[in-house]
Amino acid sequence: MPGKLKAKIVAGRHLPVMDRASDLTDAFVEVKFGNTTFKTDVYPKSLNPQWNSEWFKFEVDDEDLQDEPLQITVLDHDTYSANDAIGKVYIDIDPLLCSEAATIISGWLPIYDTIHGIRGEINVQVKVDLFNDLNRFRQSSCGIKFFCTTSVPRCYRAVMVHGFVEELVVNEDPEYQWIDRIRTPRASNEARQRLIFLMSGELQRKIGLKVLEMGGNAVVGYLQCFDLEGESGLVVRAIGTACTLEKISTLPSTTTQPSNSSPSKDMKEPVFGEEAPGVPLSSGPPTPLRAQTFSSFSPSKSYSRQSSSSDTELSLTPKTGMGSGGSAGKEAGPLKALLRQQTQSALEQREYPFFTLTSFPPGFLLHVGGVVSARSVKLLDRIHNPDEPETRDAWWEEIRQEIKSHVKALGCHAVVGYSESTSICEEVCILSASGTAAILSSRFIQDGSLDVEHRLSRQPVVFTSGADRVEGDMGSSASLGFEEVAPPGCGFCHIPYDELNIPFPAQLTYCYCCRRNKVPDVLFTTIDLPTEANVTGKGCLIQARLCRTKKKAQGEGNATAISNLLPFLEYELHTQLMNKLKLRGMNALFGLRIQISVGETMLLGLASATGVYLTALPSPGGIQIAGKTPSDITYEQHISNMQKKINDTIAKNKELYEVNPPEVVEEIIGSPIPEPRQRSRLFRSHSESSDEVSELDLSHGKKDAFVLEIDDTDAVEDIHALLTDSPTPQGFYSCNTEIMPGIQTWTSAIQMFTSVRVFRLNNLNLTNQGMNKIFTDLCENLLKSLYFKLRSMTPCCLCHLNFTVAIPEDELIQVAVTAVAMSFDKDQALENGMHSGEKTHIKAIHENDEQLQFNLELNPDCLTATKGLADVTGCHPSAKDRCSSWIEQLRLKAHTMRRGSIKTTSSLEKNSPLPEGRSRSLRSNRSYSGGSVAVVKMTPLSFIPGAKIIKYLGIINMFFIRETTSLREEGGVSGFLHTFIAEVFAMVRAHVAALGGNAVVSYSMKECVFMENPNKNQAQCLINVSGDAVIFVRESELDAASVQPQSVTTQTSNGGEGT
Amino acid sequence: MFVSDREQSVVRYNVNVEYFNTYTDVKMSVELDVFVGNTTIMDKEVYQLWLNGYTVNDAVKVRIDGGIMEECEVSVEVLISDTMDQYRTFQMCERLLHHPAKLANQLLFQIPPDRQAMLIERYYAFDDAFAREVLGKKLSKGTKKDLDDVSAKTNITLKSCRRQFDNFKRVFKEVEELKGPLVENIRQRFLLPDQLARDYAAVVFFANNRFETGKKKLQYLTFQDFALCAGQLINNWTVGAVDNMMEDMDVDLDKEFLQDLKELKILITDKDLLDQHKSLVCTALRGKTNVFTEMEASFKNLSRGLVNIAAKLINAKDVRDFFIDLVEKFIEPCRSDKWTSIDVNLYLTHYTNSAHILDTFKHHGVWTRYMGVIKTCILRMYHE
Repeated sequence: MPGKLKAKIVAGRHLPVMDRASDLTDAFVEVKFGNTTFKTDVYPKSLNPQWNSEWFKFEVDDEDLQDEPLQITVLDHDTYSANDAIGKVYIDIDPLLCSEAATIISGWLPIYDTIHGIRGEINVQVKVDLFNDLNRFRQSSCGIKFFCTTSVPRCYRAVMVHGFVEELVVNEDPEYQWIDRIRTPRASNEARQRLIFLMSGELQRKIGLKVLEMGGNAVVGYLQCFDLEGESGLVVRAIGTACTLEKISTLPSTTTQPSNSSPSKDMKEPVFGEEAPGVPLSSGPPTPLRAQTFSSFSPSKSYSRQSSSSDTELSLTPKTGMGSGGSAGKEAGPLKALLRQQTQSALEQREYPFFTLTSFPPGFLLHVGGVVSARSVKLLDRIHNPDEPETRDAWWEEIRQEIKSHVKALGCHAVVGYSESTSICEEVCILSASGTAAILSSRFIQDGSLDVEHRLSRQPVVFTSGADRVEGDMGSSASLGFEEVAPPGCGFCHIPYDELNIPFPAQLTYCYCCRRNKVPDVLFTTIDLPTEANVTGKGCLIQARLCRTKKKAQGEGNATAISNLLPFLEYELHTQLMNKLKLRGMNALFGLRIQISVGETMLLGLASATGVYLTALPSPGGIQIAGKTPSDITYEQHISNMQKKINDTIAKNKELYEVNPPEVVEEIIGSPIPEPRQRSRLFRSHSESSDEVSELDLSHGKKDAFVLEIDDTDAVEDIHALLTDSPTPQGFYSCNTEIMPGIQTWTSAIQMFTSVRVFRLNNLNLTNQGMNKIFTDLCENLLKSLYFKLRSMTPCCLCHLNFTVAIPEDELIQVAVTAVAMSFDKDQALENGMHSGEKTHIKAIHENDEQLQFNLELNPDCLTATKGLADVTGCHPSAKDRCSSWIEQLRLKAHTMRRGSIKTTSSLEKNSPLPEGRSRSLRSNRSYSGGSVAVVKMTPLSFIPGAKIIKYLGIINMFFIRETTSLREEGGVSGFLHTFIAEVFAMVRAHVAALGGNAVVSYSMKECVFMENPNKNQAQCLINVSGDAVIFVRESELDAASVQPQSVTTQTSNGGEGT
Repeated sequence: MFVSDREQSVVRYNVNVEYFNTYTDVKMSVELDVFVGNTTIMDKEVYQLWLNGYTVNDAVKVRIDGGIMEECEVSVEVLISDTMDQYRTFQMCERLLHHPAKLANQLLFQIPPDRQAMLIERYYAFDDAFAREVLGKKLSKGTKKDLDDVSAKTNITLKSCRRQFDNFKRVFKEVEELKGPLVENIRQRFLLPDQLARDYAAVVFFANNRFETGKKKLQYLTFQDFALCAGQLINNWTVGAVDNMMEDMDVDLDKEFLQDLKELKILITDKDLLDQHKSLVCTALRGKTNVFTEMEASFKNLSRGLVNIAAKLINAKDVRDFFIDLVEKFIEPCRSDKWTSIDVNLYLTHYTNSAHILDTFKHHGVWTRYMGVIKTCILRMYHE
């Protein structure tokens, strides 16, 4: 019996009236785990029952602990008829299974009913006693930590990164079972909720087992998705990056030391010294030189088995890799090649060199090749045997293989920022995968950066040779050659592929930073902007939107039609992205996410990314419009007008985003007709027509990308689209990545939000252009609404602006956005620069708060900038930019003050009026209102500005269904969904608070499936959310915290009263 | 719009879906549009418009007229969307606002405490013009039915009138049976700021005692005039005024005191006492006012008026007529004689004080308790 689960039901409050005669309720509670059920006594005639039950004890296998949720049902006792259910609470036990996470779940949790929503709250306490399991062949994976965060979690150090883990489980969807016809909607919804809870648990357990086999103890960047395939079933799949994490136990005082130490005298070197020499050749598993032998269609079960069987090797190989990586540069070529082949092929056979991480410790990411993506259109059929989900597995295998081959073509050996998604319409399913081809560091270069805990002390072998590289030897040696001297700010931009053997036509120039290595003219990636990157100016959200009509079709024909459309869709999205990037005078995209949704009569494409100007890359050329009939004078005029508009917009944007490259602009900018250059770094294909695609791609690459011919109706559209993108209002910035380049002075005011819109197209006989315009307007209007809503937070940046599009019905388009608005301090330099601002900077540096790695990285520069604006010449180029940006900010500030219309917050410490004030007065509220609710912050980012995350309490992964048969009475569809989303937020917050946390980071709404039937007055919605529950402390409280970390933990978990 | 379904204890919201129509375009229409923040975003201006009972369309118009489109460079669509969204949020919150204490420990909306206080304060704030109309009336369904007249008269939307009326009724029901100081009870139960709690106390007090305020002669008095008087009565003439720990509450007048007031009749029934009183007052007043002759002439009438009011207060019916009596028996005569407020103050001061010097007058405590309130009320009600 490896575990004992204990639960206690304390009390209820705000219960609904169940007995109309007395206006009261006779409530009791059923506590169920697995097949065991306990009941409390009936607490008669009260809406605030005090059960104060005994501890109900469940003796269970830890396997069940992982799979099953604790199910609490609140019922109304009825003597004469059946007891009425009030609602349920599902509690995920997982956070309690890990010693480093939460120890108890205790607090008020909303009682949820799928028909009525939240109906009161229940106070419960849950504990788990785990016994050590010595069984080697166990099926559980208790203790493996899961993180949604796609970087190394803030209070951990990655000892080792093992690599990609994936798993999927399938089941029949209860909604589509025959029994659904005779049971109530409530029963059906509850069956579904419970099933998905179970499947998530099982999936997590299975992934955990894989991690254990690999020798890891955590999964970072855990991404779990549902595919509601309707008739053919329910698929829950997950990917992640297996790691060995180590909790940082050092006190802040010790972390200040490394910041002063010189880069060469690195504290991690001894570790390398110990392990690196000698090992490489001895322990590398002997494997065939080329491992490209397996069929890409082999079912993945066999893969998994292979991977399981070889886990011992795996745990050894990292050492090998490190050795080879570490000494490769100095070793002779042949030996190196041999080493690489050995390790690489060994790994290749069982692993994908994929990483779901999007940000890395400095120096880890050596070079970035570009975006790789693959799509495949599949026809769904019923999953016959849920225990052998081979087809689904095989589909994904196929796609991953394709990604891998693209990576190889880019001369890279790994994929970072990897993600997978699906879009389903009837029986057609589009599977998509994308990531960024990259070369990762084999030997960790310590450059004296401040964030100690983000360093990897050891490197796994995966990075040296993830992908097969036959012809790449020369290139790789080149890359290995320069990786040692490459400045951190531009190294990742340097091309990973061989210059003489470019996989696609590209215009290469020497790096504008180091002048030594070649860089491409533009760079597209799916990752976050590396912290060390040199960036000029600020970034901005760039979106390409596209809508394509398609004919209604069935089965194979439909699938073929879709797969024929896909390449064109991607091509146009890419063109749009490129044009918009140019229009903003920028040269790189980060966080690129292309979403393609399929409906019965249309395909939607939405690409979002954050554009930046990388200092290392050449300045982008302008956009040139050319007409085909130059004789016509009015026509000429029209064209020149347009041209002027475009040029003006570019100039305006450059000013807005402070894109003023430090160096003298070269011939490219001024030239009216830019030289032809490669524009497509986007590799794409799909199973049916990959050949065609790549051909198309190449032909496009040869064409001049920036001359838009006006005769082309599409071009007119393009230009129109370009110019109708309205700029963000003053005081706002936006990005879809974790950080906004150029902004460091975040205040603690954050506001996470979700906005959903559904549009009905009334006229189906629309042209593609018409549809495009509608879709573009839709997204633009949504953004405008957001800016308007959040205007009180300016100056602020909408970060992690994440759009999700869907086509729920034939004529409906659904757009959902989840993002966080974060205020920043614009006028710090003006008023507090020399006082509190500077002090904070210094404090921040001294405390070296490991959390805010991004800010810290840039802080010294800010400091110099604020200290003396005149002292520009001595500065680092990037500091110079920052100086100018400070000046710009001063100007803006002055402007703002004159206008007086925009609310500005004045001082660093005070400009967190909302949260600080709130928590304080909430505490004071407590005194008279009897236990008020603790504030729980939510953010899609992995950090909380101005605060330090001191503990991760476990993953939050919740799935809810809400249904109504009285849609009109609940305020129509908007009222229904508004309530439901608010309820989901409330439940997430309550569960986090019950775990003892005060925030959710890396929050995301994975799924929001909304269906309505206004004629029947019905609607149904499914929402899946996830995130990491954490405890954070404000930096201002950090002094106290650093001395007594334990006391702080207890303090915050108590809701932080006392101050 | 808002329908509270008590039986199911589930509150449903009825947003007029027709508003969407203004949003339409030929080719597409917004089917659904929601924005949910982790911290609930509420715009004070829109909240006020909602409280004022404006429809979404009217609210949008008001916002446009306020120049928000130019200031924030937004389109009408954005404004409509935002306004509808806010209205929906307010409707969802309304259920909680009925029990303000719940707002602090509910889980559905994360609202900072200062915002919570703002929401409550504004929700319970009322128009003096409205309160003036309802003051002293029974807070019954019948009164509620007549609210459209009130709405027409005061130019306050019917919706807003209903909210204000329901607030009165809710507060009344909640504190009616509570022990202890009335103002403090209201303040704690509804988390209201002090001044607002006092105003509610006045409303509750008037409704409970059914003071007549609707007569034509009383029309010139504002709600604040009555509120001040109510405060005086609550603080001085109720049981709670003497002893906070008493079983009874602040909403009823102290019966014992009312009984004692009958004793004051001696001031007008005893001829000697009346004359003595008059001469004392006149001596003190001589040369200090321009209306001395008028004062001297009307002394007996005024004194009779005030003492008779005191003596009759034991009857519930006469309590109702308290204010009308004050106006008829004292304020109107003075006004017709063109007294200034200073004159009235002077007169009442000496009238009160002189009684204490009278040899045979024994009821000093009752007299002070009575006249203190009378003097303050009259002074407030005396509009020149």
